[in-house]
Amino acid sequence: MRGDCILSVDHLSMRFGGIVAVNDLSFAAGRRNITALIGPNGAGKTTVFNCITGFYKPTSGMMRLIHDGGTEIRLERLNDFRISKQARVARTFQNIRLFPGMTALENLMVAQHNALMLASGLTFLGLIGAPSWRKAEKRAIDLAQTWLERIGLLGRADDAAGNLPYGDQRRLEIARAMCTEPALLCLDEPAAGLNARESAGLSELLLSIRAEHGTSILLIEHDMSVVMEISDHVVVMDYGVKIAEGTPSDIRDHPKVIAAYLGVEDDEVAAVESELGL
Amino acid sequence: MTGAGVTIEAPAPAPASRAPGVIFIFKKALISALVALVLFSLMIGIRTEAGPEGQLIWWTRFGDLAAMVAIVFGGSIVMELLRQWWGPVGTIRVIPPSVHGALALARRGIAPVLLIFTFLVPVIFYNQRYILDLGILVLTYVMLGWGLNVVVGLAGLLDLGYVAFYAVGAYSYALLATNFGLSFWICLPLAGILAALWGVMLGFPVLRLRGDYLAIVTLAFGEIIRLVITNWQSLTGGPNGVSGIPRPTFFGIPLTPGPDGLAAKLGIEFSPTHRIVFLFYIILLLALLTNWVTIRLRRLPIGRAWEALREDEVACRALGINITTTKLTAFATGAMFGGFAGAFFATRQGFISPESFTFQESALVLAIVVLGGMGSQLGVALAALIMIGGFELFRGLEQYRMLVFGVAMVLLMIWRPRGLIGHRAPTVFLRHSQAISSDLVKEGHG
Repeated sequence: MRGDCILSVDHLSMRFGGIVAVNDLSFAAGRRNITALIGPNGAGKTTVFNCITGFYKPTSGMMRLIHDGGTEIRLERLNDFRISKQARVARTFQNIRLFPGMTALENLMVAQHNALMLASGLTFLGLIGAPSWRKAEKRAIDLAQTWLERIGLLGRADDAAGNLPYGDQRRLEIARAMCTEPALLCLDEPAAGLNARESAGLSELLLSIRAEHGTSILLIEHDMSVVMEISDHVVVMDYGVKIAEGTPSDIRDHPKVIAAYLGVEDDEVAAVESELGL
Repeated sequence: MTGAGVTIEAPAPAPASRAPGVIFIFKKALISALVALVLFSLMIGIRTEAGPEGQLIWWTRFGDLAAMVAIVFGGSIVMELLRQWWGPVGTIRVIPPSVHGALALARRGIAPVLLIFTFLVPVIFYNQRYILDLGILVLTYVMLGWGLNVVVGLAGLLDLGYVAFYAVGAYSYALLATNFGLSFWICLPLAGILAALWGVMLGFPVLRLRGDYLAIVTLAFGEIIRLVITNWQSLTGGPNGVSGIPRPTFFGIPLTPGPDGLAAKLGIEFSPTHRIVFLFYIILLLALLTNWVTIRLRRLPIGRAWEALREDEVACRALGINITTTKLTAFATGAMFGGFAGAFFATRQGFISPESFTFQESALVLAIVVLGGMGSQLGVALAALIMIGGFELFRGLEQYRMLVFGVAMVLLMIWRPRGLIGHRAPTVFLRHSQAISSDLVKEGHG
């Protein structure tokens, strides 16, 4: 695992006052792999995400992102928008955060802001309508169109994002994140609220993203059918610490994972208590 | 008809549930009348005045009191009947759909018609100085509205101190022209740049603020600028203002009656109206420039980033958009247009003082933007026309002018809570551009 990884998180801790949301967490996400971060509610998964994507500044720890060329970026040293701009880490949100009053197409255009900003000569070339800008804009629209087609929303390109059905919004958010051309895509519960058919479609989409773009994916997910089907590596968290790590089949039968999700039998509690001398 | 054999048909249940009976209406009217009686018994029923020797004299006016209470009683019944006639409607949907359709049709044609009409105003009303002056005033506010629209309408940052940039523009031109003899056309861009600079200076401290807090700080900023202008006597002349501000020239040719004037050069008879018409076209072109730039910017990445910022700041950060520069450019762009308008104001008036740059101006411009529909160029122009032109229209009503105006605004906000044109037009489309309902468009968090 440590060999070729895109993201390596070492001894990450995040405290909010007296609450330790993440405690000394270390894991790595392989390049072109789909790494799943799972755990019961309140385990600290989203906090890890927020640290990786710069929304929180971790209390301690190191997060290294290694690009294809070998350049290493320390994520904890970058602040908010630079994580997306320089480290090329894109994310989606647990509660969808599209721009509801803008069309699906506009959402994807906003995602290409930094590239377009350069192409428009920091607005000045764009203001006079320079041909180079027009070409860049055309390319951006084409890219957006390609993504809309892939997520099956080409027909609704000109509809307000807020008017789209829930499942479409989920996919549009992933497409929007992909329009930033990320090296690492972080998805926070992408299958939440989707029906079985939509979940299957999502799995397919994520696999195709990895296959065609070589994007590494880190996802938080509760839907085990999705996690078990697509992930190469699973990290399980509970109460802010990593309790298990491995391939989906390892995790499925791991006693600690089962205990964390389902609780433990009474006699097991008694066994632990006797072990501790209670 | 009367007889034991005649069956009495039960009243249809639907209208009964919809229209509460006569008793209900009377009960409601009676309560209203009672409240009115309590309120008015002291306000109208008893009249007190200071007597000739300073003592208090009072007398009763029960007749007037009875009349007022009767009006409230009758009015309440009429209101209730009207409400039943309309049926149960949401406040937003008071306008019937047919009118909506007609409005949509009118909306498409209104912008070009208005533009052509505006260009022809000096021709049509050449001899009516009052109309021309009013036109210039309206256009100044249209321009200010369009400038503030960038900050409030697009970027969703509530700015209550917009007049500060108007003042910076006006004083920039006034001081540069009177002290260094620079011409209007050189000072105009300078005034814009200086105002934009102040826009950035305001922007920095308020970057982290949102909503009410942002509003308060921008409000304070507007006041600070005004107070500095008032108190920095040596530079700005303090409350006495700056006078003798030069008039704009036509490519260096002044519009004066002398032999060097434009009229003499063109071989036509001089008339003071020429200057007014000239000013009218200057502000018209400045306003159109503002409009053109804003429309262009909306379709550029920076404009989309402003609107995205209004929709969701967190998502913007996740997409790698630099919030700081995005906010600052919005402030600077809005301020620049305010500065242009200020320079024009100074050259038109020939005299400026801090009195012209009070909070009331900021509030008026903000009202224009909000009333017009945040983000809509046409809406803002219409709102400026209604607010400034309409206010003049009500002049005949004298002291009731404010009252009528206030009622008109309240009604407008009930009918169209998101302004005259509340929907949003997309900046880019694949097949067809369809307006986005105002229900979806966010107002920004400040």
